[in-house]
Amino acid sequence: MCDQTFLAITFGPCDNCSQNKPLMNIYLKNEPINYCSLCVELMACQGLAKGETTNTLKAESESLKAKLEEERAKLHDVELHQVAEKIDALGQFVMKTRRTLKGHGNKVLCMDWCRDKRRIVSSSQDGKVIVWDAYTTNKEHAVTMPCTWVMACAYAPSGCAVACGGLDNKCSVYPLSLDKNENLAAKKKSVAMHTNYLSSCSFTNSDMQILTSSGDGTCALWDVESGQLLQSFHGHSADVLSLDLAPSETGNTFVSGGCDKKANVWDMRSGQNVQSFETHESDINNVKYYPSGDAFATGSDDATCRLYDLRADREVAIYSKDSIIFGASSVDFSLSGRLLFAGYNDYTINVWDVLKGTRVAILFGHENRVSTVRVSPDGTAFCSGSWDNTLRVSAYLRSSGESELRNILYNTV
Amino acid sequence: MTINTLSQDGVQRQQMPCLTKMERMIISMQDPDMGIKLRNQRLLITVIPHAMTGLDIVEWLIKKCSISDEEALHVGQLFVKYGYIYPLKEPRNLILKADDSSYRFQTPYYWMSTRWPASELDYAIYLAKKNIRKQGELIEYEKECYNALHKRINHTWDFVVMQAREQLRASKQRRKGDRIVLECQEQAYWLVNRPPVSPEHYKLTTLTKNTIAMLTPWCSLKYIGVSNLNGSYVKYCEQYQPHDPIMQGCLPSNPWITDDIMFWNMNSETYMFIVALPTKLRVERWSFSFMELLNDQMGRKEFLTYLEKEFSAENLCFWQACEDVRHGETAKIPEKVDEVYKQFLAPGASRWVNIDSKTMEKTLEGLKRPHRFVLDDAQMHIYFLMKKDSYPRYLKSELYKNLLARAIVPQETKKSVFPFMRRQRHSSPSPALATQTAEDDGKAKYSNSNSGTASRL
Repeated sequence: MCDQTFLAITFGPCDNCSQNKPLMNIYLKNEPINYCSLCVELMACQGLAKGETTNTLKAESESLKAKLEEERAKLHDVELHQVAEKIDALGQFVMKTRRTLKGHGNKVLCMDWCRDKRRIVSSSQDGKVIVWDAYTTNKEHAVTMPCTWVMACAYAPSGCAVACGGLDNKCSVYPLSLDKNENLAAKKKSVAMHTNYLSSCSFTNSDMQILTSSGDGTCALWDVESGQLLQSFHGHSADVLSLDLAPSETGNTFVSGGCDKKANVWDMRSGQNVQSFETHESDINNVKYYPSGDAFATGSDDATCRLYDLRADREVAIYSKDSIIFGASSVDFSLSGRLLFAGYNDYTINVWDVLKGTRVAILFGHENRVSTVRVSPDGTAFCSGSWDNTLRVSAYLRSSGESELRNILYNTV
Repeated sequence: MTINTLSQDGVQRQQMPCLTKMERMIISMQDPDMGIKLRNQRLLITVIPHAMTGLDIVEWLIKKCSISDEEALHVGQLFVKYGYIYPLKEPRNLILKADDSSYRFQTPYYWMSTRWPASELDYAIYLAKKNIRKQGELIEYEKECYNALHKRINHTWDFVVMQAREQLRASKQRRKGDRIVLECQEQAYWLVNRPPVSPEHYKLTTLTKNTIAMLTPWCSLKYIGVSNLNGSYVKYCEQYQPHDPIMQGCLPSNPWITDDIMFWNMNSETYMFIVALPTKLRVERWSFSFMELLNDQMGRKEFLTYLEKEFSAENLCFWQACEDVRHGETAKIPEKVDEVYKQFLAPGASRWVNIDSKTMEKTLEGLKRPHRFVLDDAQMHIYFLMKKDSYPRYLKSELYKNLLARAIVPQETKKSVFPFMRRQRHSSPSPALATQTAEDDGKAKYSNSNSGTASRL
């Protein structure tokens, strides 16, 4: 489980203003100090303290990074695939598309599952956000956003609302009305405001709070009812493309990945960046936690997916192949965490054995870039959205002679 | 990938890292020893040197990357699409055929990474050359482009025509074979970079916006590294494998495959389906971790029943109330915190929870200025108390063991008697309806699950 093994004072009197607040632990000239987030921001904005220049700050940060790399290297962890040598290899997986959802007029950019395991919300380039019952392929709700490129959408935990946003720099929440005549757009609530496009959004454990990431390089936590900014997260030096909440007992952290090739882990209460990983060679397009919360996977433009362990504080596996040239746009784990589904910009989905590092299946079928891949909440199927305007729900067909026949029959979608 | 083309320092970002990878592979394909065998190909009456067949390309890829032919064809197709390899016989048809059709490598001068975006001026010169060489050789969309360019860059038109003439004259002085090769290369380049407008091709958007960068002092925290924690991944995967429908299937059947939603009905969480008996797998899962027990509504209810017998139910209720404060509306925090204090923390409260004096002191101090996280310390204390004490005892209790014994193992769905009839796919009531009704009954608006990621349910 995700036991927080590091020590950090997260709440108490600030060293600067002496007020009791959530604290950020930072280093000033190698001295650890505890400032509240307001004092840190003031200090950062006011420029540099006496005797400091941007160069000295950068040099200090570089030397800290180098020191941490040294520490990590000392641990001599055994590679994940070596430990996994003893377990059985997986056979070839035959995945079949069980549903094809057609209805978007343009590229599908994002999708999310509802907790009822069968409904999904999807958003596309033309500004449409559609809620489907993927099981029956019926469309249940449709909203037209006032902007194009709706890159982020999320289903609320209760199933009563959806959030979406994109080039409008905002995240809006739409309560789902069952009255067919009601115009959903009328009840829209603008929650988040960024200074650049919205790349990703997610509800926390309730309908009341939303976490967003943006092209302006920040992530932010918002209160839905009031639209108030509860916490902002600064630390990326380029666009943040994706975020994911940790499934931990304390439910206090999340990970984000961006165009600065970094994946950062944040504490939601203090706004502090508690861990950072930088081994990718290009933009990180998607981040997703391993089901136990002890690790997370990333998909990147450098055509690799990587697994990072939070306790060992390093990368533990790379999923790559010579024949995979195009970037991975989206990743997700199966329920047990044994399989990693990754959608790529060369129109394919590759399925990886997380432990052994090998690929167990490659799925063709989409006619354009795969932009999003998500496994359903109970792990029975996964849905992929693509720039070919469709969404496909696929499941593993245990192939035996008789089920092949069943496959042909049930494939009339 | 992002729409922003400039990095934080104002430097042009590398737009497509996949091109570098492709080029590396193309170079190894042309390796004299390990690459593809090139030979001369006959095209009508001329002999084109250094050509290969589509089958050669596919076979080389299969060998080099150890992949199937379907995948090799797919990868080879990408090379043709991006202009690194071009077909000789049907140049306008940019696809790879795994037979004896001829292909050639594009010269690096025309690679996408070196000459992107394609310059309008160059295109105008190319079209002018074609026009001068043979009237009527321009096809429909090329004619349109030519006219549009003529209008747009009219001021340079003399230069364009002059360049076109010069290039044609220079090419006449080359050997016929070389001339044809150069023409093919140029034509291939323009077919990739100035294709007819069709819905199949997607264009790279280039919007230039400046990103605002913020440099924060980077924090470093020393960690207690755990070596050999990789064993924990194996353990976790093995423990959850029976519960992973993609790995091991699910009973009675996967609804997506058989169109039978019994699996969902049996494991339902919504209050509308009162499930009589849970499945064995579900009950077993509660023993994996305390979080699993709390995440499942039924598990939580069972646990509450157990705690009531032990007279420590207030712990779970307190924990739930704290969750409500943490994840609820900001405006309601003060009143909620007040309620919690009255019920659980005040001296002599009806459901007083037992927390250590230090935490209690700190919490009471914090209550003077209530905020979202003011109850966090107390909540965590109670959570770990339940986890270390009540939870293990629950798992050993008669209540749990009885339920586990009574829990059902569903039968695998029998094959349909009429295999040619597809089962009806029934719709289900929308969760929005379920909770609307719940709201009317005065229940909480958000679901009681603890987990942040949907995939945990």
